[in-house]
Amino acid sequence: MENIILGKAYVLGDNIDTDQIIPAEHLVYSTSIPDELKMYGHFALSGVPIEKAGLPKGFIPFINGNETKSEYSIIIGGSNFGCGSSREHAPLALNVAGVKVIVAESYARIFYRNSVDGGFLIPFESHKKLNDKIETGDILEIDIHSNKLKNISKNFEYELKPLGSVFEIVESGGIFNYARKNQMI
Amino acid sequence: MGKTITEKIFEKASHKKNLTPGESVWLDVDVLMTHDVCGPPTISIWKNEFGEKAKIWDKDKLVIFPDHYIFTKNVHANRNVDILRQFATEHNLPNYYDVGTERYKGVCHIALAEEGFNVPGTVLIGTDSHTCTSGAFGMFATGVGNTDAAFILGTGKIWEKVPESMKFIFDGQLPNYLTAKDLILQILGDITTDGATYRAMEFEGEAIHQMNMYERMTLTNMAIEAGGMNGIIAVDDVTRSFLKEIGVENYDEFHSDENAKYVSYFKYDVSKLEPTVAKPHSPDNKDIVRNVEGTKLTKCYIGSCTGGKITDFQFAAKLLYGNQVNVPTFVVPASTQVAKKLEEETYNGISLKEIFVNAGCIIAESSCAACLGGPSDTIGRSSDGDVVISTTNRNFPGRMGSKKSQVYLASPLTVAASAITGVITDPRNFL
Repeated sequence: MENIILGKAYVLGDNIDTDQIIPAEHLVYSTSIPDELKMYGHFALSGVPIEKAGLPKGFIPFINGNETKSEYSIIIGGSNFGCGSSREHAPLALNVAGVKVIVAESYARIFYRNSVDGGFLIPFESHKKLNDKIETGDILEIDIHSNKLKNISKNFEYELKPLGSVFEIVESGGIFNYARKNQMI
Repeated sequence: MGKTITEKIFEKASHKKNLTPGESVWLDVDVLMTHDVCGPPTISIWKNEFGEKAKIWDKDKLVIFPDHYIFTKNVHANRNVDILRQFATEHNLPNYYDVGTERYKGVCHIALAEEGFNVPGTVLIGTDSHTCTSGAFGMFATGVGNTDAAFILGTGKIWEKVPESMKFIFDGQLPNYLTAKDLILQILGDITTDGATYRAMEFEGEAIHQMNMYERMTLTNMAIEAGGMNGIIAVDDVTRSFLKEIGVENYDEFHSDENAKYVSYFKYDVSKLEPTVAKPHSPDNKDIVRNVEGTKLTKCYIGSCTGGKITDFQFAAKLLYGNQVNVPTFVVPASTQVAKKLEEETYNGISLKEIFVNAGCIIAESSCAACLGGPSDTIGRSSDGDVVISTTNRNFPGRMGSKKSQVYLASPLTVAASAITGVITDPRNFL
């Protein structure tokens, strides 16, 4: 796991549900055939209404044209990120698109578990609302060990909540690696 | 210190005593359920991670229902069902319910109840967020993703945090114009879509114990809409007689202690509640039907694990009897058993199915259908500009198809009344 994640921010609102992250009609693609797996990257966040895509201005597509990777690797959300269905395709789609970290005020339980247990991305919680302080396109630097988010573009620094009991799973890269490390399987 | 039902089930399944909310424990899983959307990736992760050693921990405890994308020409969706079929054949699975055979059941959460997999005191995990539905049977049931399911498939275990519990008490007699759907939409409006995140929602009170099992399942089904880890209702005589009828015996009944600790209590007098809707685009965007009456509709939808049970159709048939629908109205029985009951059960001497046909409804085959949009050829799917009123559980942007459609969530009574007039209508106008 990288200790420092450097990337561009993509900012979203509150209650980003899994239908917005990956609309249900696309869940038909195989997650084990590489060419089909890429489709999850292509459709990542395609369910977000365009006026709310890439705040504060909106109308910023997460994925350009026929691409399967996004230029944004850090997502800044609000409260209740990932609410809705249990589809693991949601954190998977973000991972395929190149997202490494999400910073949100709070998460829905299943999305949070899936992000951690599947080793797709790191779900950090912020102490306060950040999606009105960071703008889409800001360059951010996140230190995984010291739980700090630095906004390089705006020269601000924020403290994030420690990952706590799931840190070991995140560090192992998912629940299977964690279980093997602890001789559970 | 007293304990809640959920805490008692956690103690049993983790073989640990004196657990405190927030603590992580490993639970033994009694049933793992999956379907055509999440089954194939779960199987693929299981094969990759366990490799040569991959072994199903207990075939009798694995239940697979193809139900999401069934009646479609989409080749990828059909391939997913093929993968399940092949897996079931290869491993000789006893609990696989294949499409196109007499074993096909329809929507998993309803089929679990009908087939006797909902057993009080047990732990049921499913790769679907509405797995919490089974909590109506005094059991711990919750949804997970594919990786967690693959882990269970190989080990029979899952880590969970012991949830704090919230208590929702409904006093009084439910009037004839209200259903369980109105109660849960009321709760969602009061606590919002993250009001129960990581928590257990326990439902109690006179009005709850007067409900049949199907209505109770409407409440526990939508616990996830408040972010809840699980919804739960204690076993009573209604539960016992339902289970006896389908041959489920010898189970552990847990009841919350008088001095059990809850983080919050919500108390309602059901006689004071109103028919309720969730307006676009969130299940917590609550309003009373009277305030949105007259909103012009383009589609009505009665179906899904939330609102496609036999009791939902009994409510709807009562209003649609002798009436004509004014907008396209879709009737999608959740399970094949519900579909059969529509032909057998009568109201005023004619079958429920005939009532719907005579009223001009479009009757579809059992599956999840347009509740979650689905492939473009899914029956009832919303299109640009649609205004839909539906008995389903979610109205997020694009949930039923088009991002440019609007969905109101309501009870089967409210949807039926609205189907007749073509505008959102309070069911009291017809009762």
